[in-house]
Amino acid sequence: MNLAQEVGLVAGKDLRIERRARVTLQQILPFGAIVLLLFAFALDPDRGVLRRVAPGLFWVAVLLAVLLAVSRAFTIETEHAARDGLRLSGLDPAAIFLGKAAAIAVQLVVLEALLAAGVVLLFDVSLSSIGPLVLATLAATVGLAATGTLYGVLAVGLRMRETLVPVLLLPVVSPVLLGATRAWEAAIDGAPSDAWPWVGVLSVFAVLAVGAGMLAFGPLLEEA
Amino acid sequence: MTLLKPAVGRALGWAALAALVVLALFGLWGAPPDDVQGDAQRLMYLHVPAAWIAYLAFGVTAFSSALWLWPRTRAAVWDRIAGSSAELGVLFTALTLMLGSLWGRPVWGVWWAWDARLVTTAVLLFLYLGYLALRKVPAAPEARAKRCAIAALIAFVDVPLVHFSVSWWRTLHQEATVFDPELKANIHGVMAFTLWWGVLAFTLVYVYLLDRRYRLESLEEDLEQRELEQAIAERVAGAGTPGRGSRKEEVPVG
Repeated sequence: MNLAQEVGLVAGKDLRIERRARVTLQQILPFGAIVLLLFAFALDPDRGVLRRVAPGLFWVAVLLAVLLAVSRAFTIETEHAARDGLRLSGLDPAAIFLGKAAAIAVQLVVLEALLAAGVVLLFDVSLSSIGPLVLATLAATVGLAATGTLYGVLAVGLRMRETLVPVLLLPVVSPVLLGATRAWEAAIDGAPSDAWPWVGVLSVFAVLAVGAGMLAFGPLLEEA
Repeated sequence: MTLLKPAVGRALGWAALAALVVLALFGLWGAPPDDVQGDAQRLMYLHVPAAWIAYLAFGVTAFSSALWLWPRTRAAVWDRIAGSSAELGVLFTALTLMLGSLWGRPVWGVWWAWDARLVTTAVLLFLYLGYLALRKVPAAPEARAKRCAIAALIAFVDVPLVHFSVSWWRTLHQEATVFDPELKANIHGVMAFTLWWGVLAFTLVYVYLLDRRYRLESLEEDLEQRELEQAIAERVAGAGTPGRGSRKEEVPVG
């Protein structure tokens, strides 16, 4: 089996579990939606504040959802000694990392599409210049999924895991929040050329995160 | 179980204290007040050295973590240095932010500004607070060391990314003066001396505290090991005593 097949195997497993259990769709998505609603309660929707800060609110909601998605992705490995199964499977640790990250990324893309629809509907935002918007979102999603997977395996099996992952993950992914928000702002304001540098930053982050994950996942899985 | 010989450590402590006293004298009286900022600028003699030492401390953490991960140089000493230095880094980063805030109030008119270097420093603080939280999680020493070393290196790689993205976002901080190649360090002689003296004094404080913290870490590990051994010994002795088992048919282990 080559790397791509192994990645597909692990990603397929995680997505199959999601298709059957529907935790992302029935718990994490409603969570993201209620966060958007809470933002509207906190910031008066009548004064146009929401429309101006919509990109930031969207990405904060995504970031909070990432925490849940990462937690879920490693909860499924704690039951029935699934982690030992993974370790003994003989799969390349880099492939396990890429597979789990890919599964998280796919779920995040679905989540982001639905939350973006929510932002358009609730906050009265019109999404123009789709090109940079989509590319920025994809690059940010890859970066978030890879970093999340890395910290997920770092904390799996530890006591205090639920509190540890946010405090480790959120500062590390702060450039993603910054870059993705700025890229979205530029795209929405009709200045797509301002979005491209941020797409670059997000891509660099994504590449580094994937590289670091492929290197570090094996040693971390051993200890998990 | 210290980094330095006890006598050297003690001497370093006294040298650090003396250097701080000299720094206070020069900082408060020796150096002239700033033309524009007046006496408030004197905070520079603490703020700038604290920031440099914070960077140094995180650099040491990353370096020792890399040495721990490298199989040929793997030794518990690197893990202890990494942890001790990260703690000091967090201390000096927090100090930098606090002193900067005190300085910003009279000069900028605000306690906090959303300036690139301020924001980067704040993220830096949180990155390593997370690292320290990870260190506190109970685990087998080897597993913990590996996990922490990887987390420290990720944090270290993340810092330029944070810095870069935040600087693009906003910049208001005064430009770097000492390392500006065009300016050629155009500061009053006594001021420059005081600043460099501050860096020296803080470096001594850092090395002294690192040595102390390292010793504490070793003692803690030692204590843990002894408690474990004692618990095992008690367990073995308890199992050997007849009548302690709840059921009579239990076979004594021995």
